[in-house]
Amino acid sequence: RRRGQKMAAPEASDSEEEELAGYGTALEPLPEGERIKKPVPLQEQTVKDEKGRYKRFHGAFSGGFSAGYFNTVGSKEGWAPSTFVSSRQKRADKTVLGPEDFMDEEDLSEYGIAPKEITTTDDFASKPKDRIKEKARQIAGVTASIPGATALDDLIAPSKITIGVELLRKMGWKEGQGVGPRVKRKPRKQKPEPEVKVYGCALPSEGSEDEEDEYQPENVTFAPKDVIPVDLTPKENVHGLGYKGLDPTKALFGVSGGEHPSLFTDGSEKTSNLLGDLRHSKGRKLGISGQAFGVGALEEEDDDIYATETLSKYDTVLKDEEPGDMLYGWTAPKQYKNKKGMEKEVRYIGKILDGFSLASKSSAPKKTYLPPDLPRNYRPVHYFRPVITARHENPLLLQALVESTGKLETDTPQQNRHTLNASQRRELLGETALKGPSPSVLEYLSGKDKERIKEAKQAAEQQMKTQTLPQQSLNISSSSDGVHHKWQMALGGQLATPGSSDFKPFAKNPEKQKRYEDYVESLKQGQKDTQESHSDPGMTEWERGREREEFFHAAVLYKSSNSVLSSRFTRAKHEDDTDKVEVPRDQEMDIDDKESAVKMKMFGKLTRDKFEWHPEKLLCKRFNVPDPYSDSSIVGLPKVKRDKYSVFNFLTLPESSRTTITQTTNEKMQQNINLNKPKKPSRWDVSDKEKKKKDSISEFISLARSKVDIQQQLPESVIEEDRSRTNEPLPNKAVNESTDQKEESRPSMDLFKAIFASSSDEKSSSSEEDSDEEAHQPPSPVPNSESTKHTNLPDTSSADVQECMAVTNEPDLVPPLLKEELDKEEEFGPRLPPVFFSKTTQEHEPVPLASSLEANQKEKPKKNKEKHKAKREHKHKKEKKKKHKKHRHKGKHKNKKSEKNSSSDTADSSDSLSDIEEITDLSSQELLRRLKHLPAMKQ
Amino acid sequence: MAFPEPKAKKPELPKKLVQNLECKQGAVRAVRFNVDGNYCLTCGSDKSLKLWNPHKGTLLKTYSGHGYEVLDAAGSFDNSQLCSCGADKTVVLWDVASGQVIRKFRGHAGKVNCVQFNEEATVILSGSIDSSIRCWDCRSRGVVPIQILDEAKDGVSSLKVSDYEILSGSVDGRVRRYDLRAGELYSDYVGSPVTSVCFSKDGQCTLAASLDSTLRLLDKDTGELLGEYTGHKNTAYKLDCCLSEKDTHVASCSEDGQVYFWDLVEGSLTLSLPVGKGVVQSLSFHPSEPGLLTATEGRVQFWREESHPAGS
Repeated sequence: RRRGQKMAAPEASDSEEEELAGYGTALEPLPEGERIKKPVPLQEQTVKDEKGRYKRFHGAFSGGFSAGYFNTVGSKEGWAPSTFVSSRQKRADKTVLGPEDFMDEEDLSEYGIAPKEITTTDDFASKPKDRIKEKARQIAGVTASIPGATALDDLIAPSKITIGVELLRKMGWKEGQGVGPRVKRKPRKQKPEPEVKVYGCALPSEGSEDEEDEYQPENVTFAPKDVIPVDLTPKENVHGLGYKGLDPTKALFGVSGGEHPSLFTDGSEKTSNLLGDLRHSKGRKLGISGQAFGVGALEEEDDDIYATETLSKYDTVLKDEEPGDMLYGWTAPKQYKNKKGMEKEVRYIGKILDGFSLASKSSAPKKTYLPPDLPRNYRPVHYFRPVITARHENPLLLQALVESTGKLETDTPQQNRHTLNASQRRELLGETALKGPSPSVLEYLSGKDKERIKEAKQAAEQQMKTQTLPQQSLNISSSSDGVHHKWQMALGGQLATPGSSDFKPFAKNPEKQKRYEDYVESLKQGQKDTQESHSDPGMTEWERGREREEFFHAAVLYKSSNSVLSSRFTRAKHEDDTDKVEVPRDQEMDIDDKESAVKMKMFGKLTRDKFEWHPEKLLCKRFNVPDPYSDSSIVGLPKVKRDKYSVFNFLTLPESSRTTITQTTNEKMQQNINLNKPKKPSRWDVSDKEKKKKDSISEFISLARSKVDIQQQLPESVIEEDRSRTNEPLPNKAVNESTDQKEESRPSMDLFKAIFASSSDEKSSSSEEDSDEEAHQPPSPVPNSESTKHTNLPDTSSADVQECMAVTNEPDLVPPLLKEELDKEEEFGPRLPPVFFSKTTQEHEPVPLASSLEANQKEKPKKNKEKHKAKREHKHKKEKKKKHKKHRHKGKHKNKKSEKNSSSDTADSSDSLSDIEEITDLSSQELLRRLKHLPAMKQ
Repeated sequence: MAFPEPKAKKPELPKKLVQNLECKQGAVRAVRFNVDGNYCLTCGSDKSLKLWNPHKGTLLKTYSGHGYEVLDAAGSFDNSQLCSCGADKTVVLWDVASGQVIRKFRGHAGKVNCVQFNEEATVILSGSIDSSIRCWDCRSRGVVPIQILDEAKDGVSSLKVSDYEILSGSVDGRVRRYDLRAGELYSDYVGSPVTSVCFSKDGQCTLAASLDSTLRLLDKDTGELLGEYTGHKNTAYKLDCCLSEKDTHVASCSEDGQVYFWDLVEGSLTLSLPVGKGVVQSLSFHPSEPGLLTATEGRVQFWREESHPAGS
């Protein structure tokens, strides 16, 4: 039928052909007489891996033939994906996966990817493997039909010589020789040559057997004998020592001869056995023997395969070890039994040093001490006897025990050392008692207190008895008055007792100590003029004051525990410098001189300090610089020890108000006190301008200033400032100055109240204004705030949003809480400019690129400046207005005046924003409302 | 016939803006050229440190790992490592290529203002608001600094390191120079909190910017005043100053959005370059060519001399 169609095709009419349009390539016509292949049935469409296992097909897109880990959804590590590493450090490293990571191990070789494991190549492989192989080969050789055929194999075997052997050969070693320098050797006794056929490869060590020669020329050296490596394999089985399992060679060939070391004639044959050499008894005919035939028990020539071990086979006598035992160095040193005697043994064999000669007389023999004679009734067994004391309750038991042991412990209880207490032991040992007061609480108390306690005790007892008696007052006489009374209370009547205690805080200065003791005594007695009476008349008032304070602190500090402590601790033997403190040797010179030098621009010697400075050794090393002070151990600035004023300088008690230090003290003290003061005051705390002012302008002015009322002071100082500073006065500078002034001389409290206690949403405090001024210095609408620093405005914010921001960020709307935070976060040192993106300005005035720069250069800055000024101006004005409104009565208009002074151009601001604000005094709500509408209006 | 010596070209100042990098990392606290001037680092207030090619204007890598804003950074001589410091009180050593933190040095008690490598990048020196300079060893694994230079009485705001000197400017108004070779410390009083110091290229002078809106050029050996440069505004912020590539000019940031250039010898203002509206906080001069990087607000601008071919 098909043919019929084919035939029909050419017969089709031309028109039909023309009508048909052929697409693609035609299938090849089927060859004739061929059947269509039967499709492979589905169950036969299987895939097997290289090991013949069926592979499951998971789908082309879900793993192919091997999905997951062994066709599971897990992984080698389990369920957790291995790529996840939760470590901050490893964040940046991205593991680059290669194709190997996705390939099966089996496929690696297929794609020519080298295995990554390290293995020893054959060249470097060591011997043991070969030995097993060889043995197997030997067995095979023996069992083979043509014996010795395998020997040929050995000969023909490819030369696989390990590197070590090759190297040795290159160095002149031959197989069968030992390794090492050549030696001279005496000819050895000829040994009976065992008539043994050796099959298989002769092992290297074997050749050593028959290398002896009778004739031994003098100058001939020999290679050392080969040494058999000692087998150091640990014993891992539970067999007895030396046990070897049934050796097939022995069992099969009946080589019982080699079974036991001493079975053969004494000698080096043993060694060959060790090597596992195959050896046959003499005259043994090799026949076909094996499992198939069994071990012919009846075979005549068969040796006893059931080898009976007889004692005669063992050595019964300890003999000389053969020199050829090949275990040099592994056996215990031989005992020399030479008949030549002791002297030979003693003799030093070897090279004698020049100038020395061998001793002719041997040194005295070692003296040996006999063990002591044991007593006759000594029994080398010890019996433990229970300790019986007389206190035992059970007399019967006691008696029984006494009888049994024949001994009674008659010790009295006090002789039992465990029952003794410390003081008893001390007595026994004859030690003296501690010098401190005995550790009883009562001992520490003064007589008065004891009485008090007694009273209290009695009172308590009485109360217990009657429960009706009124509690007795524990208060003692309230004798003293004033400060002293307070002190007495503070000390709780438990002042240090000068007589009884060892506490001597001023032991170094006996006079002072005496004064202190007197002081404490008097304090106890309740005198008012505690110290004054005892103080040194030569002392100044200031010193006296210091000392009083010190004494007081000392007394307080050591009021209760002093005696306990003093009895427990001993005084240091070596005096350490408690009253010295380490300070840098060189101090930077007085800053005032420098200040004036700077003022006069006299830089150089006047402003420079030069110090010796020791860099760390390692630092020098790292900088590749020789250590300038290689022999000193100082690091940094050299330090010196200075007198510390007193320990009590460092103690601060809350109730004691520190006395101000007056000028009377000597300079050294002053210096040290300065050192101990809170370190490193930040210059930024106090404006440097203010400081400068202090220096530059005479004392008189500052003095006057402090006296003069604030209101008067402000403008004056501003003017002053203007005069002193030649720089062009910036509009806000004046404000700065004025606030500085204010800080300097504290205004009255009600001013603060007026400022801080005013309505919460009002921004009017002068100090805050100050900070705000600074914040607005950069022409940015966003105020300088730590909080806004980190909240960057999003880049996507459109212009009008920015505009809105610009106005909403007016100080009025900043919540007061935030402001406080700002102040708190005020930092030291030069600050960092605020974070902001002045998107709006950028958009209005794109930063000129190089081409347009020249043109803009003249215009832009001016424009900018004007704009800034305008902005600043309206801000000022607004603030002024607020102030005006709120604090008119506080005389704040002075401030305003000053601003007016400093600000030059106020009128010509055409900014719309400022217009709005100038027109009205708007409430904040109103302002906010309008601002919300502002963008819309603009649009 | 001998030709006359070609007349030395008059040193040009970078006036032409060639690149404008929007860093997108908050305020750019510092911008620093690397050793050869091919790359630059920007320290952002969003805790990130970025590496740029300013010539092409491309961002190469971002280094994140600081816990607070980054305040200063420096590159090692072989460009293999970076160090940065920040308000998180740490000094971080970075691997340039991988972007990983190699080490973090903790020990400063306050924010760390400035950081420098020594010449061989074996030591990192960092100056902090805690008034100490700490020398960290990059070689050993120790956590304690090699040495702490705590002579400053107030925060250390700026730090420079030469092959054997450490120059520091402190808020206590002093410029201190530690000379390791001589084992001496020279302390020059300037009178006003020092915000930035730098060595001149010839190593003879030190330049110190202080909060009294003045730059002073001091003789390194004697401490004498060689020049004083005023006209800009620097009263509150920590702004940078620098010298041009041939020590011909002195440049300083200003709070009025400009960068000022003075003639080093005459002390006259030669150029005020309007950079932006905000404070120009940081600048860095190319080590060998007239190129200047300025950082203001969130962007960094790269300026070249007028004759510089714009394309390259």
